[in-house]
Amino acid sequence: MSLDTGIDLVYLLAAIGFILALKGLGSPKYARNGNLLAAAAAVVAVGMTFAYPEVRAHTLNLVLTLVAMVIGAAVAVPAARKVKMTAMPQMVAIFNGVGGGAAALISLVYFLIEAPTKPAVYHIVEVIFGVLVGCVSFAGSAIAFAKLQELMTGRPVTYPAQQVINAIVGVAIVGLAVATVVTANVPLLVATAVLALVLGVIFVLPIGGADVPVLISLLNAFTGLAVAASGFTLDNNLLIIAGTLVGASGILLTRMMSKAMGRSLANVLFSAFGSVVTAAGGADGTGETRTVRTGTPEDIGVLLAYARKVVIIPGYGLAVAQAQHTARELADLLMERGVEVFYAIHPVAGRMPGHMNVLLAEANVPYDELKEMDEANPEMATADVALVVGANDTVNPAAKNTPGSPIYGMPIINADEAENIVFLKRSMRPGFAGIDNDLLFDDKTTLLFGDAKDTLAKLVAAVKAA
Amino acid sequence: MNTGILEFLTVFVLAVFVGIEVISAVPSVLHTPLMSGSNAIHGIVLVGTILIMGEAHGAVQLTLAFFAVLLATLNIVGGFVVTDRMLEMFKAKPADRAKKAEDAPVDDGPGGPTGGAR
Repeated sequence: MSLDTGIDLVYLLAAIGFILALKGLGSPKYARNGNLLAAAAAVVAVGMTFAYPEVRAHTLNLVLTLVAMVIGAAVAVPAARKVKMTAMPQMVAIFNGVGGGAAALISLVYFLIEAPTKPAVYHIVEVIFGVLVGCVSFAGSAIAFAKLQELMTGRPVTYPAQQVINAIVGVAIVGLAVATVVTANVPLLVATAVLALVLGVIFVLPIGGADVPVLISLLNAFTGLAVAASGFTLDNNLLIIAGTLVGASGILLTRMMSKAMGRSLANVLFSAFGSVVTAAGGADGTGETRTVRTGTPEDIGVLLAYARKVVIIPGYGLAVAQAQHTARELADLLMERGVEVFYAIHPVAGRMPGHMNVLLAEANVPYDELKEMDEANPEMATADVALVVGANDTVNPAAKNTPGSPIYGMPIINADEAENIVFLKRSMRPGFAGIDNDLLFDDKTTLLFGDAKDTLAKLVAAVKAA
Repeated sequence: MNTGILEFLTVFVLAVFVGIEVISAVPSVLHTPLMSGSNAIHGIVLVGTILIMGEAHGAVQLTLAFFAVLLATLNIVGGFVVTDRMLEMFKAKPADRAKKAEDAPVDDGPGGPTGGAR
């Protein structure tokens, strides 16, 4: 058996490992083992790559590889270990972006090496695809990171003639790509790469903060496809399989996510969400003049303590305040008193689908106390209190009642059906989608302003005293 | 057309179907770990960066390849570690649930009616 065959066999095993790992990641029972399997497959495949004589042919190249890997690992491990679970979406965005960047660089370096020999047209097409998609993913992820990290506004960024500018950039990229294929000219490819970076930025800028998770999932799929393109370029089946797996499953996952928000993918990416948000922003003045009812922690504590059924609806506000442990304390306390308590989890609560489940799991909330939206909604009408902690858009009845609203059609948790609604909020500021919530002004609604952790702690004390 | 590209195209098309098939029934609880896990899997681009580094000559190519390896390492290492951290939290459940099960009868028995009566 030749060395190449041996390496290919190991790559095949790694590919099988990735497929099984993805399958495992889809079930709660095997998810962790799935991830470990994928990691093991990756380690074996990367290790085996060093068996290629070409990789070890030049000492300088080999040393550079090892140094880059050591630096990369030294940066990535502490970053991934220390990141707060609330900041995880940004972390995934960054790790995704650098993967796209790596794929684009592979295609670029390959082209630098091969361009003088005028490679076959399909090879140039593969290179261009890798560079384009990789650059879009890299730049797009960077902007997504900036939005989530609040380095820039989470609101959609719009400017005059946006569509026209996008179209010009798009046409220019196509033109440059065709010219690159015809001439195999390096500067043309570099220009394409630069424009692709620009495209990544202007593609993401108009997407509102609430939609960024869907976007990250899409960019994740893009990086997968860029990696697959690198696989074609390097004649490497493992990269093709792994990249395509991620690309295909990522696009499906993205569709599932946008479905959870009641919108089509095209609507998420290209809708005039921005303009509607601006309109809602202008209506803020009228919103503020309406009266809301605020309560004291003592009132609400009594309400909770003597309820039969309390539904906790957590949102991102709970996560940023790191209040998941206090929420659990309150829930446990109520349960000790015989109150039926469960958590109603909206699919996009937090900043990524399933994000809230991760955060509550971190606080050791038992799995069976978490109810998915579909499971929770039929129970809302019989709930005495819906305790909305740091959530807003996911309980906004406008999604059901106001056809003009940007979130119209998004499935929500029917907090409005509960007998009493209690909002723990930092302020009257609208949620991530940037629109007003009529539920705040409902007669059944009581508000308690403050940091979620503080207000929950006060409620714990109030329930103990009740 | 060269048969090599056709073989790769075959692999690609089959991988599309496998990719769709394996995640068709994922509970939404696991969407985030799945996204993160697949993010780590495309970090296998590291293999490609190591291969391209083997072919690189001259300062420009070496520098670009160096950054390629660096970025890919960040992707693969960070991706797997972050995913593991996420999934670790789903783990400690059985013990916790057992504890809850012990408490539950006590809670539900006297607690339920009392709560309603008060």
